[in-house]
Amino acid sequence: MIQIEVNNKPVQAREGEMILSALNRAGIRVPTLCFMENLFPSGACRMCVVEVEGQRNLIPSCAFPVADGMKIKTHSPRVVKARKTIIELLLANHPNDCLYCSRSGNCELQNLSEEFGITQHRFKGTTAVYPLDTSSLSIVRDPSKCILCGRCVRVCEEVQGVSAIDFAGRGSTSSVETAFGEGLNVSSCINCGQCIMVCPTGALTERSRINDVLDALDDPEKVVVVQHAPSISVTLAEEFGTKPGKDIAGIMVAAFRQLGFDRVFDTSFSADLTIMEEASELVQRITNGGKLPMMTSCSPGWIKYVEQFYPDFIDNISSCKSPQQMLGALIKHFFAQREGISPDKIYSVSVMPCTAKKFEGDRPEMIHDNVADVDAVLTTREMAKILRMRGIDLNSLEPDTADSPFGMRSTAGKLFGATGGVMEAALRTAYYLITGSDMDDYKIQDVRGLKGHKEVHLTIGDTEFGFAVVSGLDNARQLLEEIRMGRSDIHFIEVMTCPGGCIAGGGQPHSTDIKAIRQRMQKLYSIDRDERVHFSHKNTEVQRLYDEFLGKPLGEKSHHLLHTKYVKREEVLL
Amino acid sequence: MNTDIQHILTKYPNAQRDDLIPILQEVQEFIGFLSREAVVIIGKYLKLPTSKIYGVATFYNQFRFQAPGLYTIQVCRGTACHVKGSLKVLEAMQRELNIKPGETTRDGLFSLEVVACIGACGLAPVISIDGEFYAGVTQDKIKNIIDSYRRKAEKIEANA
Repeated sequence: MIQIEVNNKPVQAREGEMILSALNRAGIRVPTLCFMENLFPSGACRMCVVEVEGQRNLIPSCAFPVADGMKIKTHSPRVVKARKTIIELLLANHPNDCLYCSRSGNCELQNLSEEFGITQHRFKGTTAVYPLDTSSLSIVRDPSKCILCGRCVRVCEEVQGVSAIDFAGRGSTSSVETAFGEGLNVSSCINCGQCIMVCPTGALTERSRINDVLDALDDPEKVVVVQHAPSISVTLAEEFGTKPGKDIAGIMVAAFRQLGFDRVFDTSFSADLTIMEEASELVQRITNGGKLPMMTSCSPGWIKYVEQFYPDFIDNISSCKSPQQMLGALIKHFFAQREGISPDKIYSVSVMPCTAKKFEGDRPEMIHDNVADVDAVLTTREMAKILRMRGIDLNSLEPDTADSPFGMRSTAGKLFGATGGVMEAALRTAYYLITGSDMDDYKIQDVRGLKGHKEVHLTIGDTEFGFAVVSGLDNARQLLEEIRMGRSDIHFIEVMTCPGGCIAGGGQPHSTDIKAIRQRMQKLYSIDRDERVHFSHKNTEVQRLYDEFLGKPLGEKSHHLLHTKYVKREEVLL
Repeated sequence: MNTDIQHILTKYPNAQRDDLIPILQEVQEFIGFLSREAVVIIGKYLKLPTSKIYGVATFYNQFRFQAPGLYTIQVCRGTACHVKGSLKVLEAMQRELNIKPGETTRDGLFSLEVVACIGACGLAPVISIDGEFYAGVTQDKIKNIIDSYRRKAEKIEANA
């Protein structure tokens, strides 16, 4: 530890760390725009400048290491004036239409403007008008609201390894663009929405389906059903101001009912079902010499990633549809039949932590005879907006439970919400399928936690198997490269597109705070600890579904409704 | 067109990302512009995403992404021309052709470029069409100039 002096007070700093990180630890808040935790600093926005004694110029604190005895002023008049001017210059060519912006009230630029007491448009620049890019099924780009902080570019390249977007042009006409300025739909974008999560303004948003869902709810002819992903109940409350890590499963179900949904189903149910199919598929591949390592298929960003960047691994991906699509198919083809409702009368909504799920729902493979498995996918944020629009007061609701026949879940299904959760759930059931008995200790610590790459080797029966869990696609890429180079000790890989899994998905409440993600994760683990059904194969509603309808895992009905195919994508600009 | 640029790439064995700009220059010289197909091939060769190549290429004025037209119009935006009103000339040209600098008209006749100074400041504001200079250009003269080239192209087509 070394000693530095900040605003005339001593502060402890770690050797080699950047000034900003020492300041943050000491509780001194310095505004930032381009800064991203855990990534190499770019120093592009200059919002975090501080005055360092002995230095002629202001110093960007995110990109300048501390030195022993350094004397720093974080809020001197010179510093504050510089920061304020930066904001004023950013506002010079920023559209003034906050009232119509979906990020209003939750916009970093707006907040900084307020924080610096900016009350007039001091510099007037020409506001560049760019066309909206609405070509993507998941993400809408509005480059006129972009302040060129570069966070989207960096997350796309450095965290996801996709690089669908980059800076184009030069000087005052620079913009963030796809290759050839084409629509996102023909770019290599995998729809993960991590760019939305890091965007400080309204330049990147999800493609909203709010109006479609409200229209369906208002249509008396329609039977409107909703399913909610495992991670939604532990994040939705944050949109209403509660601290991260609060589980409101029961209240959320009650709120959905009050909105007018005719049935509320739980995607964690179909997560259990996915495990039955996927664990059976894994055991089958191992015993019949199928293609290994098998890779999970629940994360649609990852699927598109493989289809375009690593098509030679398409056969490694489990043929299981994702839980959203499995439940969607069952709603239209089993529930409808059982209730005597024509499938086209059903409007099936899903609430997902994810923007790529919107793309997945519209994939041609997910639509049969003009009946889509899922009609509209909402993000957590969109669902929160609908609840506010319809004046639902979460505090006044009594908890309720999801509807049969897709309302029950094991805690294994719930764990799908965090990185490692699918693996843990799958291992619990695969163990049972191979040995005929349940694991004594169902908790598999090695696959838990926020690390981007986790591995465990387990002996099941009398064979040792290797399992890997990766989240953030650049981590997945590294593992795929290892396998290409001949690594063969891994039998099963769980891949989550977003770093940390669905609890940090591109459809979740705007936050880049790692602590919030950790708390959401802890909540899922505490649910697993406190509840009693820990195994997907012990979910009695899943068992009943097999008895009454599906027959057995990987059976003919399953094959038809719950499994899918992938395509090599050659049309995209990689 | 796909394999057309292979002979350029083979000149750069073990190419790294620093070889990007020379490769782009040679490819443009060869094809006349940077086609999507070429950029995708270069991207695969250098292991660079196309978005990044597009980003680098748009940083420089020298690269174009559309095939050049039959006639290339250069509008000078140097200091002297600027003072004499070349911005108005450029705007009028964009209206007349309905394209922006760097683009080619749909009929394939004209491509428009902006140049910094063509060293003919005495003639400002000046434009050059395939090396032929037009001095003291004003907004009203643009249509006539362009129409003369349209007629020329029609004649060529009629004779062909």
